[in-house]
Amino acid sequence: MRYLSEYRDPEVARALVRQIRETATRRWVLMEVCGGQTHTIVKQGLGELLGDAVEMIHGPGCPVCVTPLEQIDKALALAARPDVIFTSFGDMLRVPGSDCDLQQVRARGGTVRVVYSPLDALALAQAHPDKEVVFFAVGFETTAPANAMAVYRARELGVPNFSVLVSHVTVPPAMRAILDAPDNRVQAFLAAGHVCTVMGWTEYEPIAAQYQVPIVVTGFEPIDILEGILLAVQQLEAGRHEVVNQYVRAVTREGTVPARTLVEQVFRLADRKWRGIGEIPGSGLVLREEYASFDAERKFGLEDLTVEEPAECRAGDVLRGRLKPHQCSAFGTRCTPEHPLGAPMVSSEGACAAYYNYGRYREGEALAMSRESAVGSRQ
Amino acid sequence: MIETLAMSGLTCPAPVASNDRVQLGHGSGGKLSAALLRERFLPLLGNPILDQLGDAAILALPTGEIALSTDTFVVRPLEFPGGNIGALAVHGTVNDLAMMGAEPRYLTLGVVLEEGLPFAVLDRILATLAGAAAGAGVTIVTGDTKVVERGRADGMYVNTTGVGLLHPLVRPGAHRAEPGDAVLVSGPIGRHGMAVMALREGLEFETTITSDTANLWPLVRSLRDALGACLHVLRDPTRGGLASALHEIASASGVGIALDEPALPIPGDVAAACEMLGLDPLYVANEGVLVAMVPAARADAALAALRAHPLGASSRRIGEVVARHRGMVVLRTALGGTRVVDLLPGDQLPRIC
Repeated sequence: MRYLSEYRDPEVARALVRQIRETATRRWVLMEVCGGQTHTIVKQGLGELLGDAVEMIHGPGCPVCVTPLEQIDKALALAARPDVIFTSFGDMLRVPGSDCDLQQVRARGGTVRVVYSPLDALALAQAHPDKEVVFFAVGFETTAPANAMAVYRARELGVPNFSVLVSHVTVPPAMRAILDAPDNRVQAFLAAGHVCTVMGWTEYEPIAAQYQVPIVVTGFEPIDILEGILLAVQQLEAGRHEVVNQYVRAVTREGTVPARTLVEQVFRLADRKWRGIGEIPGSGLVLREEYASFDAERKFGLEDLTVEEPAECRAGDVLRGRLKPHQCSAFGTRCTPEHPLGAPMVSSEGACAAYYNYGRYREGEALAMSRESAVGSRQ
Repeated sequence: MIETLAMSGLTCPAPVASNDRVQLGHGSGGKLSAALLRERFLPLLGNPILDQLGDAAILALPTGEIALSTDTFVVRPLEFPGGNIGALAVHGTVNDLAMMGAEPRYLTLGVVLEEGLPFAVLDRILATLAGAAAGAGVTIVTGDTKVVERGRADGMYVNTTGVGLLHPLVRPGAHRAEPGDAVLVSGPIGRHGMAVMALREGLEFETTITSDTANLWPLVRSLRDALGACLHVLRDPTRGGLASALHEIASASGVGIALDEPALPIPGDVAAACEMLGLDPLYVANEGVLVAMVPAARADAALAALRAHPLGASSRRIGEVVARHRGMVVLRTALGGTRVVDLLPGDQLPRIC
């Protein structure tokens, strides 16, 4: 696969790891913002390769993880309605709401369909004029243009039986919230490449300047991430704090202007709850008034539904990098990928799920080694 | 023209016996049922045992132990690039027997048909099924057909139960993996699952991937002859893919399995399709691939035995059985890191980003 294999080259990766280790004079704490980057780090075992040079904190950039419980509960209520075909990206299906998830709603007779694009959901609405088709519009700035396009097209084509349940969030306010926390440990960010493909990086320049943190716009392949880490560590060592673009093959400073324009046309900024973190002012996108008829919450009278998060789940501390997943008292016992209390245990890119696998492996290794040494000492 | 129309208007309409689709009457046990059997099933599948049409088949078996396995096949769509439900129904059960080291001999065939299924589709599936059975050297000795109302089934469901003859000495099993065994795989992984997924409603995904559905017994016989009792483990990684099969073996044998990512045979088109859909090929179904575990010293002999057959031409060693991390499958990545390959809690779900 061209344009992919070259960003996974083991030789290049090893050279970058060596360079990072040589550059770092101390252990720096970096946060990768995006869940896709977390996925690569875990899947490729990058944390292990970096050793003591860098500590990676997995950021809040997994849309599955941060979608608040009440939006999930609204999704479940909509999906259970006999007149609704509920459509969603695949990995939202297993996110637990207050008492079940979308897969269970489907098993009980609800119609839930996985789509790869909100435009497929719109086509479904046109094909089923007797049904209400609702799309679960989640994600960061990355998925916002396509979701905006679906709503824009629905209005243009006059598809009255299409609506969206919006749970959009934006990255910069979350980064500010993390940096504002009194016990913040993050010293530099890898910004999410795909978010910046849409938005560019002008929004990050004031953050880097105000908080004096280096921000590196970074891609998603192993070489991208290692290069992003190196660029951040070089800045930290030199005492610089700039916005640097590693993901040059996709991102420009201004981003993709037509996509941004469309997003601004359809959505406006609003306060938004983040699962486990709470409300972050101005961090969400909601439909503008002229598109209100496509807002599923208004259409089905769900605006007033509010839900308290379970007290035992400390997802917020994990997502802020304050608590390592295995330090949570519910970890691995009352909270597992099969029965998750909170979203970071659900998604394959969630920090808790990643630790659940990796942590148990480490324990297994330690156990086997102690067994082997016990055998050795008897001989 | 007008006269012709007038003439046809005067014709007395004969009762229409639809002869291009399955009707509920085909399951009634009456004339239509008999016709279904006589016209569609027996010409393709008939043999001296089945042709007796008794309530049960009578089989003459050599003395010794037999292996018995049953499997039910539900796949949407019924036909896909590289095969159809008929091929799966034979290969699935034959392969389950073969993984026990048993030589597949007889199959039963139970079919649930949905009202409205075109006979053209049924005929194609039965022809494939008959060809697959003949190719695998198994005889279909008894069967059953039922018809359910339209909307109550996905076209057709098939159940096959197979009888195989066990070898007195060679008894591979998931519990027999030992530290020091080499892990071998007989061919490229992920093809069946991706071939079927590409056709699913809503994906609109164009690809040239074909299913790998195949009879694995020739590979097993070849391994059995070359290795005898050293053939510790055989498994066909169907649902849940290679990852899930290896996980089961690690648990059943109480061993760890260490995989080498660069050695995994993932075809370029499967890798690309998985990349686009956000799926991991390690969890995608196969229908014509086997995993074998044999002592490392015999790995080359086993690979030679596999490669002697076209189906095993690209077989390779992908890892080893270890005494560490018992019950777990750990992958060494191309970059030199490691990660745990865990069981999925449910179906593999595509990721958002």
